[in-house]
Amino acid sequence: MLEMFTITELTKLFNALPGAVAQGLIWGIMAIGVYITYRVLDIADLTVDGSLGTGGAVCIMLMLTGHNVWVSMLGALLAGMLAGMVTGILHTFMGIPAILSGILTQLGLYSVNLKIMGKANQAINVDKFDLLVSLRFIRGVPIYKNTILLVAVIVVILIAILYWFFGTELGCSLRATGCNDKMARAQGINAGFNRVLGLMLSNGLVAFSGALLSQYQGFADVNMGRGAIVIGLAAVIIGEAVFGKIFHNFALKLLSVALGSIVYYLVYQAVIWRGIDTDLLKILSAVVVAIFLAIPYWKSRYFTKPVKKGGNK
Amino acid sequence: MLEIKGISKTFNVGTVNEKQALNHLSLTLNDGDFCTIIGGNGAGKSTMLNAIAGVWPVDEGQILIDGQDVTKLPEHKRAKFLGRVFQDPMNGTAASMGIEENLALALRRGSRRTLRPGIRSQERKLYRDLLSKLGLGLETRLTSKVGLLSGGQRQALTLLMATLERPKLLLLDEHTAALDPKTARKVLDLTQEFVEEQNLTALMVTHNMKDAIAMGNRLIMMHEGRIIYDVSGEEKKKLTVDDLLKKFSEVSGEEFANDRMMLAN
Repeated sequence: MLEMFTITELTKLFNALPGAVAQGLIWGIMAIGVYITYRVLDIADLTVDGSLGTGGAVCIMLMLTGHNVWVSMLGALLAGMLAGMVTGILHTFMGIPAILSGILTQLGLYSVNLKIMGKANQAINVDKFDLLVSLRFIRGVPIYKNTILLVAVIVVILIAILYWFFGTELGCSLRATGCNDKMARAQGINAGFNRVLGLMLSNGLVAFSGALLSQYQGFADVNMGRGAIVIGLAAVIIGEAVFGKIFHNFALKLLSVALGSIVYYLVYQAVIWRGIDTDLLKILSAVVVAIFLAIPYWKSRYFTKPVKKGGNK
Repeated sequence: MLEIKGISKTFNVGTVNEKQALNHLSLTLNDGDFCTIIGGNGAGKSTMLNAIAGVWPVDEGQILIDGQDVTKLPEHKRAKFLGRVFQDPMNGTAASMGIEENLALALRRGSRRTLRPGIRSQERKLYRDLLSKLGLGLETRLTSKVGLLSGGQRQALTLLMATLERPKLLLLDEHTAALDPKTARKVLDLTQEFVEEQNLTALMVTHNMKDAIAMGNRLIMMHEGRIIYDVSGEEKKKLTVDDLLKKFSEVSGEEFANDRMMLAN
């Protein structure tokens, strides 16, 4: 098997792996945001395709205007939360179905992102600005500057915060809202408010991930979020497929999403390495996610034993 | 305790499916009344309970709980006053959450959800004690997901959740209709026990006339969105199923058109 590839080709792959891990981790934060809406709140939120770019745009523009990197990332987080709030209000206050609300916000954000940046693309120079992460910080930098390590620490901190939050009274009520809306309302939980809150939390994380991503690649682009929801879902699904049997704790489930994202980017990197046309990557992702989403349905439809109908009443 | 003043509700206004579900309905419950509700299909029994719970706004009329006008309050705010158990056992609990988590959610009904821990360790003892009273063996399964429980277990748990934080009014919407006879009996016994123990005011919709007669101190019969018969005290105790059927055809001018109710006897 190995003889098929020359040593230089293999070296090329191995050289690309750390970058894939770093990218996977950064996208993993976005995927955790997707997990909160898709799995916890039971909403497929398409806002993320827009809010990822918003995060990137806000972060880069703040940095270019002389703000500190942490302030810039906080700005991105808040902008994402605002985007989530818009979707939430469209959904709860205006009664628009969740999917459509997300699509509307996403479309609107395209203009917003263009206006924030003033053009479709804004680059930031890693030598002139004090970036937190960059593809240049993967090798040959002091350990505390290493992007993989830094993002890994951020992911762990975020998971810890989310684990704490979803264990609080408010967090529990949010989980109940996603699980059984009727029960939640009967128990005095403001389901509408919780949905808005969940969407804000999710899109805040997505935008934060966008802020890291734009620093990592050295630019923010109006199209950087295109298809983000599919990558997020892929990470959620891969994480569940690979680690679902062993990870039951909520924190570990979030971790499995981040790991799922890394797996996604490793596979992505391998696909590029094998010389497959990168134009085809998006359809490949879409097909894989579609199949994984179909599996629970197929299982229930074709692989369950018929249940005895009737009985006593 | 509960005062309903002339409420009406029409669904699907202006369509071929237009249906007046409640027609200037009025009802006053005294403190400690345990009132059973019977009536044919589409009589408005569940609709009345949903109107009280605030699932949607009523078209006209007023609803007062303990003297407070709740007509304009949204569902989640009225929940402070109400304990509710639904017909479908899936509706009353959160399946993906543990038994203790569900109970903890119910314990906080009516209070603000803060950033304090969702469940405290000292609560667990309370839950264990209460669950053991159900006699279903749930007290050893505090962290089990509710989705793993049977319909009867879930309904008993929902009942416990509805009364955990004493409600001013308990709303039971055919809460044993989806259970097998033995389990239904068990849940009804628990209902009786809970209501008596806490001296609750309760409304119970049932399709079983015998239960409607045997339980509670008051019985109302509904037809076409209003109350056509209201009986309580000694008079109720003497009722028979035949009396009820006769009463129904007398007041409504129709035969009792509910197969389920006839078969249940």
